Amino acid sequence: MTSLFAVVPAESSDDTPVRRITVSVNGKRHTLDVEPRLLLAHMIRQGLELTGTHIGCDTTNCGACTVLIDGAPVKSCTMFAVQADGHEVTTVEGLASASELHPIQEGFRDEHGLQCGFCTPGMMLTAKALLDENPDPTEDEVRWALSGNLCRCTGYQNIVKSVLLAAARLRANNHVEEDEAP
Amino acid sequence: MTVDEVKIGGLGARRSRVEDNRFIRGMGNYVDDITLPGMLHMEVLRSPLAHARIKSIDTSAALAIPGVQLVLTGELLASRNLAWMPTLSYDTQAVLATDKVRFQGQEVACVVADDPYIAKDACEAIVVDYEPLPVIVNPTQAMADGAPVIRDDKENQHDNVVFDWEVGDKEGTDRAFAAADMVSELELHYPRSHPSPIESCGSIADFDRATSKLTVYMTTQAPHIIRAAVAMVAELPEHMIRIVSPDLGGGFGNKVPIYPAYVVSILASILLERPVKWIEDNSGNLISTGFGRDIYLRGQLALRSDGKILGVRMHTDSDHGAFFSDAQPSKFKIGLMHAAFACYDIPVAHLTSRGVYTNKAPGGVAYRCSFRITEAMFFQERMVQAAADDLGIDQAEIRRLNFVQDDDFPHRTPFGFLTDSGQYAKCLDIGLEAIGYEDFLKQKEEARKNGRLLGIGISTMTEPLGAGNSREYDILGIKMFDSAELRVHMTGKAILRTGAKSQGQGHETTWAQIVAHELGIPADDVVVEEGDTDTAPFGMGTYASRSTPVAGAAVSMVARKIRAKARKIAAHLLEVSEEDIEWELGRFYLRSSPESGVTIQECAMAAYSNVPDGMEPGLENNAYYDPPNLTWPFGCYITTVEVDPLTGVWDVLNVVAVDDCGVRINPMIVEGQIMGGLTEAYAMANMQFITFDSEGNCVGSNYMDYLLPTAWETPGFELHEVVTPCPHHPIGAKGVGECATVGGPAAFVNAVLDALKGTGVRNIDMPLLPDRVYEALTEGHDVSGAPPLRTDR
Repeated sequence: MTSLFAVVPAESSDDTPVRRITVSVNGKRHTLDVEPRLLLAHMIRQGLELTGTHIGCDTTNCGACTVLIDGAPVKSCTMFAVQADGHEVTTVEGLASASELHPIQEGFRDEHGLQCGFCTPGMMLTAKALLDENPDPTEDEVRWALSGNLCRCTGYQNIVKSVLLAAARLRANNHVEEDEAP
Repeated sequence: MTVDEVKIGGLGARRSRVEDNRFIRGMGNYVDDITLPGMLHMEVLRSPLAHARIKSIDTSAALAIPGVQLVLTGELLASRNLAWMPTLSYDTQAVLATDKVRFQGQEVACVVADDPYIAKDACEAIVVDYEPLPVIVNPTQAMADGAPVIRDDKENQHDNVVFDWEVGDKEGTDRAFAAADMVSELELHYPRSHPSPIESCGSIADFDRATSKLTVYMTTQAPHIIRAAVAMVAELPEHMIRIVSPDLGGGFGNKVPIYPAYVVSILASILLERPVKWIEDNSGNLISTGFGRDIYLRGQLALRSDGKILGVRMHTDSDHGAFFSDAQPSKFKIGLMHAAFACYDIPVAHLTSRGVYTNKAPGGVAYRCSFRITEAMFFQERMVQAAADDLGIDQAEIRRLNFVQDDDFPHRTPFGFLTDSGQYAKCLDIGLEAIGYEDFLKQKEEARKNGRLLGIGISTMTEPLGAGNSREYDILGIKMFDSAELRVHMTGKAILRTGAKSQGQGHETTWAQIVAHELGIPADDVVVEEGDTDTAPFGMGTYASRSTPVAGAAVSMVARKIRAKARKIAAHLLEVSEEDIEWELGRFYLRSSPESGVTIQECAMAAYSNVPDGMEPGLENNAYYDPPNLTWPFGCYITTVEVDPLTGVWDVLNVVAVDDCGVRINPMIVEGQIMGGLTEAYAMANMQFITFDSEGNCVGSNYMDYLLPTAWETPGFELHEVVTPCPHHPIGAKGVGECATVGGPAAFVNAVLDALKGTGVRNIDMPLLPDRVYEALTEGHDVSGAPPLRTDR
């Protein structure tokens, strides 16, 4: 509750079942009471007001709702919020701060890897999971990794280039950091 | 002193997109991202049947669910004269069904509740008693004797015909065919498909009782048309309606029509005096909104033995679903179908078109194309290919032989359009060179010897864009001009608004580049706003690749008006007469001493602080642009494929695209548009279609059944360019968003059929699924996508 007030539900006779969960989203812990049927995507969008996670298809096909759960890409429109209990969720808002971009975000901008922007958050998070595991992917590996995310605007070629550019920049950054390490 | 145009982000600069700054951070603002205080949620109950009489609707169980605020049915709407609404093509469409349902997925009732979960629960609690009726799913059934009349709601509608339309010279065409050495005939089906933007449709209606003002946030490509329509349907004064189209997650024509749930959400908000949000689920989007294509063609070419085309005959049967609700220019019932063969020098042609109602969702939207031009160009390029094969001449050669020549412009097409510019043969030559045409033909022969099936397909076409000049083009009587308003602030920064509405095309980036080109104000100093009818000037919106040809031209024209006023201010500042000064990008200077001058920014400051006597202060203006003609970009698409004879699966080897879209404002964005278009072309040829079973069930109501290409299947593309400026557009641009979608499909299909050459197969209808290709290959016959019920000849 805020320091001002907390709204008491009008009818507590409501027999809606509720589960208490604790989820870390972009490094911030949230303890929430949710209906067991609440979709993770709705919890993130409506509950936590992180609207960068988009909902496209409700059938786990389009990948617009992709988030990372403990680093692995998951389509949050077909996962219940309660299933995220005790896990770490990363959304597009957690990729970087507003002032500093993640190299994947820069890659998408620099290679014109987006048009309408609706699939972009999911694409970038899937790409992040790929690059975390495989810092130097081939074009085919990028295409395969992104094949669960649909884009209707770009034709993918620039998305693939964006991810490859980001990979190269990340490798260069890591290289510098290693060189600078004592 | 001259400003470097590319440095300031002017014409030709590969400027990074302004809109990306929010999209890559997840900070876009799509309709579903908007939450208003006190907002309720609406869900739609859809018909499970394609054709049925509604005997009763029982909403009592739904109303009993806690959190349900309102249940709306056709009966409630009828009591307010809102059960039916006019469409953009002079038809009517049910908002919520009253008498009967006419397609699977039709809107039957809506529930408004505290949250979307409750609304969905309540939809399931509504009991509808249906009496099933015979179902019609194709034109043959629709035209059969004794076919049930789907639109028995309409007075004087005694059959299922939407329109019978013709254009061209019938007698002249008959004469050309009588004189022909040979007639090449082809029957084709362009299957029903769905534009499928990843974002579905949605709206938030917010009626403010205190001010009587209605604000609607809505997924629309044409907010001003919606405002006019809402004023008519809901009988609200137009100035009390504000339509806001925020960021759109793609459109592709899907977000042009007015959908019933938009209207119901508005009524719900008026009744409840609270904001009501409706967000369509993906299945709802796929089964009920804006289909494209679904058209049958019978086409004939009258040919001279050397390949010269002497005349064209075309007949189309188009399936419009239950309501004729797609937007078409009112004069042309089958869109710009009659722009077929515009790139070829053909003396005479005749087209007849019949549209019919069926028990399918409303179809025929301009899915990433300029009003049916995708179908027109597919038919054209398949017919040309078949003619080449029938005559045994080279597919590149027949095109070259028939092209309108570079010095033959302006050129009147056989259906009466005036094309104005192009270098068709040059584009083809560049494409052939890039793909290595001669080498590939040899490779193909060699591969054949080893049982491998290679093929090459060409498609060349000119697409009419930028509808359109007011003599010819209107929707519901509203002329299809567009507009721009530019305000230059005193420090030389500016805001530009247009009547267009970007859905990913990047207007915020490119419109500012046009201003930079015209005024020398850096593009970064110009903010672009669209989509809010309270602030944007009236415009017809973004579809049919009309933004750059029409709104883009308006941007140039308004900037030129600004420059004309700035020139007067400059003369005043330089203390000379207007005739004594010259303009270079960003600066007026004295002809007699070029080092003395004033920048556009200095003029802007003076407009607010030091105007000459008698001049109105300020530096702002607007422009309404009525284009003198359509624009005619040209595209040449060439693909090579390999067909696996054991499975019928075909792989794309190479794709070359040569686009002449005139002057390119931002080449990076142009290339992005072309690649996106090529992907949709590949999708149409390979996998993307929606069928209906004999009961009218939509097979393809989700992305598991309706296949869209992923990064894995989608081939790579090689792009080339030719620039022939448009002679009448202020900056010589022609538009580009759809050319590849329009011209591309035939290139893929022609390539697969080329691989099958010699087997006796002349046609396989799209999509070229492996089983279709395999059947053609092993049985040696054509494979039609038309239903077996089709017996109309």
